[in-house]
Amino acid sequence: MALFVQKDGRKPSPFAAALNIVLVCAVVTAVFWLSLAIIDIRFDFSFLPDYRKWVLRGFGTTVGVSVMSLVLSLLIGVLAAVGGSSRVLFLRYLCRGYVTVIRGTPLITQIYLFYYIIGTAWGIESRLLSGALILSVFEGAYICEIIRGSYLSIDETQLEAARAVGFNRSQTAKYVILPQMIARTVPALAGQFASIIKDSSLLSMIAVVELSQAFREISTSTFHLFEAYFTLGAIYLCLTLPISFASKRLERRFYYEN
Amino acid sequence: MRIELEDLSKTFDSGREVLRGVNFDDEVTSLAIIGPSGGGKSTLLRVIGGLLSPTSGSVRVDGREIVQDERHLTQYRREVGFVFQQGGLFHHMTGRENIIRPLVVVHGMGEKEAGRRADELLARFGLEEDAHKLPAALSGGQRQRIAIARAIAPGPRLLLLDEPTSALDPEYTTEVLDMINELSQSGIRFIIVTHEMGFARRACERAAFLYGGTILEYGSGRELFEAPKTKELGQFLGKMFEWQ
Ligand SMILES: Nc1ncnc2c1ncn2[C@@H]1O[C@H](COP(=O)(O)OP(=O)(O)OP(=O)(O)O)[C@@H](O)[C@H]1O
Ligand SMILES: [Mg+2]
Repeated sequence: MALFVQKDGRKPSPFAAALNIVLVCAVVTAVFWLSLAIIDIRFDFSFLPDYRKWVLRGFGTTVGVSVMSLVLSLLIGVLAAVGGSSRVLFLRYLCRGYVTVIRGTPLITQIYLFYYIIGTAWGIESRLLSGALILSVFEGAYICEIIRGSYLSIDETQLEAARAVGFNRSQTAKYVILPQMIARTVPALAGQFASIIKDSSLLSMIAVVELSQAFREISTSTFHLFEAYFTLGAIYLCLTLPISFASKRLERRFYYEN
Repeated sequence: MRIELEDLSKTFDSGREVLRGVNFDDEVTSLAIIGPSGGGKSTLLRVIGGLLSPTSGSVRVDGREIVQDERHLTQYRREVGFVFQQGGLFHHMTGRENIIRPLVVVHGMGEKEAGRRADELLARFGLEEDAHKLPAALSGGQRQRIAIARAIAPGPRLLLLDEPTSALDPEYTTEVLDMINELSQSGIRFIIVTHEMGFARRACERAAFLYGGTILEYGSGRELFEAPKTKELGQFLGKMFEWQ
């Protein structure tokens, strides 16, 4: 039993972990294999090398747009979080309204609206640039909530202790609030980066040729639909797995509360 | 040190009047504040420590009134040490760092000098081994002793402790109370809110009974514990000692 079920409070042994992971892989592969056998499909990836330029370009676009959006959305998220708690009512409602509306509507709506109406009206030509901007505006709302959440989760006693040792406002911010917020925000931000990478695939709606669009084109010109999307999934996993791994590591590293 | 409280009142936004006309005027060397839960002990201690402004009334320390604005209060807080019931150490700093940072940032000490001061205190209270750990990795007793070390490190004029042992197991309670007692003997003045009646009686020169938002009785431990004048104190002590 100990090989398959975790005893309370104890980590599974490396052997039990390895065994069960192999088991999971085997079962999942078997189900896929069986499904493929039933619909009688054989994979053929031999076309891929011919399209490596498309793939590389799509990969570059996805990574580029995602990195740019991460930086911009972080900026937007911080501003919105600060503005949302501002005493200037105009700013406060603007920021809170922004977060509510963006989080309450699908990215596709925002892409169409922003690109075709605002982009056209104000003459933003580059699809890539508008794509990255739209994605940043979208993700910024989520990052704002992450930041707000980590501020709210700071223990009241920590702030009172800061006053008790004689810290003034800015010293409290620098030595207590910021370090504790960063500890909580950074792991969540890493997770959000993985979302940005996946969400960027929707930019294909405005004909940005990022990874998913590249593979859509490859699949239509080669008729290797399954292989193309399998490869696409694998590439996204290669991007997101290390990030969620890093996020877990950061979480553990910053885990200092009881 | 002379502490004067004049007609102190505190009503929270919720409309609850927690302190109603607290008056006090005496030299304080070691004072225990006792009283039933919810009676306003923490509120009173926080007002005395400059962490909370009273709704009305005044606090005077050695004849100087505490001005209730942020700038003066920050200055005043630097002269008193405060220890919370629990969770007062900064979670993200090691025990040693908790002591050093305020010394450097608030009291303008050099990094090296502050380190020396911290190590000296940690050694004195047998905490050297654990000082490099984060609070979460320490026992409750170690946390509270480091919190006390942090509070006295800058050499405050007065140490305020709000139930420093009530979140602790009995075995740790003793080590914390021993530490406070030793500090008291070395001349540190303190006010402690506590449910440890033995400590209030034997280690504190004076005790005050806070009930219904005012100080109902005040005197030496002997006066309060052996001959309570009010029936409220009598009942309170009766409950406290019921199982002792
Ligand atoms: N910030 C606050 N806002 C509103 N009410 C408060 C606040 N702080 C305390 N109170 C209320 O004031 C009353 C007295 O609280 P206080 O913490 O001073 O009591 P206490 O004597 O320290 O009690 P205990 O022994 O339980 O610590 C309680 O009823 C509490 O709910
Ligand atoms: Mg209390």
